[in-house]
Amino acid sequence: MTDKKWPETWQEVNLGCMVFDAGNARTYLTGNWRAQRPIWDNDKCIKCGICYVFCPEGCINKTSDGYYAADMNYCKGCGICAYECPPKAISMTTEEV
Amino acid sequence: MSKRVGMEVTTACAEAAALCRIDVASVYPITPQSHIAEHLSSIVADGRIDAEYLTVESEHSALSAAMGASATGARTFTATASQGLIFMQEVMPITSSLRLPVVMAIANRAVSGPINIWNDHSDIMHTRDCGWISIFAQNGQEVVDMTIQAFKIAEHRDVLLPININLDGFQLSHMVEPVEMPDQEEVDRFLPEYKPYATLHPDRPITMGALGMPDMFAEAMMAKNSAIVNSKKVILDVWKEWKKLFGRKYEPIESYKTEGAKVLLVTMGSMGETAEIAVDEMREKGVPVGLLKIKLWRPFPFDELKKAIKGASVLAVTDRAVSFGGPGGPLFSEIRSALYDDPARPAVVNYIIGLGGRDVSVKDFIDMGKRALKAESKRPKEAYELFGVRAS
Repeated sequence: MTDKKWPETWQEVNLGCMVFDAGNARTYLTGNWRAQRPIWDNDKCIKCGICYVFCPEGCINKTSDGYYAADMNYCKGCGICAYECPPKAISMTTEEV
Repeated sequence: MSKRVGMEVTTACAEAAALCRIDVASVYPITPQSHIAEHLSSIVADGRIDAEYLTVESEHSALSAAMGASATGARTFTATASQGLIFMQEVMPITSSLRLPVVMAIANRAVSGPINIWNDHSDIMHTRDCGWISIFAQNGQEVVDMTIQAFKIAEHRDVLLPININLDGFQLSHMVEPVEMPDQEEVDRFLPEYKPYATLHPDRPITMGALGMPDMFAEAMMAKNSAIVNSKKVILDVWKEWKKLFGRKYEPIESYKTEGAKVLLVTMGSMGETAEIAVDEMREKGVPVGLLKIKLWRPFPFDELKKAIKGASVLAVTDRAVSFGGPGGPLFSEIRSALYDDPARPAVVNYIIGLGGRDVSVKDFIDMGKRALKAESKRPKEAYELFGVRAS
């Protein structure tokens, strides 16, 4: 029962596609699925934390100055934070390719 | 020492599962399988085996729970039929993809509608491509033997796939038959304790059932297909060992009086015994008819088929399911397609029989045999027919 690298060939697929290293979702950076990026306007932000609560990815964290920021390695750009933000401090902008 | 007992076949099936020292039974009752559920729950309730009997709320839950139990390393058994099997179907490909060796008895019954509780093979044919090993029993003895063999096959490290044992509903499931019931010591000797490949346990977290993206899904399917194709070797080995220990022989395809036969009837399941009588009668009258009984449905025994049909000029394949708008019954299309590249391929005709519990008599098989003989010189216009269907 050893871990294999990402299967290059069918013979390398783990039996039953089992995953033996727990918590490996951390290493799978889903942020590159993103088409839109949230931008915070901290002049409008009231530090309510609604964005943090609603983020389905759990990738929004409080910064040391009390504002909020998303970890772009995991933010999928869904826009729920911008939609929920009471003072409309978050805007979604298209990712530059 | 094995003991010869008279027993209803469903009861015998439950007894066989108990002899395998199952850890978990997860069964939802449905006619004509219910006696398996009932008897097994009695065995557990009476404390005859140390197992959990899960009373679930549906067949979907029955197989889901069986899968979960198997993933924790339990030897797991379930059983169903008809709509119940179709309800399980959503879970079936996952069981095989996760490589969980669940054993299931299917008391084959027609799929509705009209609602029909009697026997044909339309239930198992619906679930044909779920990646389960699929075996057909002909009589009560085979049900007992195949149920015990099933655990050994499924749990083998080179296999690790779920397996279903098919026993015709009522026509086989509800017969009281004499069976040689192996004793516990014999079964223990044959079937070692289940040693799972990997298990779900909070202290050793792993993932079963992860996402498979487009860049690896085809490889996963190739691996699964290769597992079931290669399982045939283990199946043959287990059957060889069974012969040595218990004296009863099992083959993917059983040939009966095929020597010099021009026509070979082909059956799956309990009707093989009726067909045998028909072959005996025809042979007595000099009609060159033999019989092939398919025991192993998945993985399909292509090599054995090519060997078994040598010398025959017509195969009369009987099916107990309709592929609506398709090329003929599932067994027929399988066999005809398998022989396409064989330059000496025989004519293959298809009689769809015994739907929804319709009796198929010895005389019916004689009629099929005689008509198939004519196909040697003149092929029938239609590839398949619903044999004996009334028309106005």
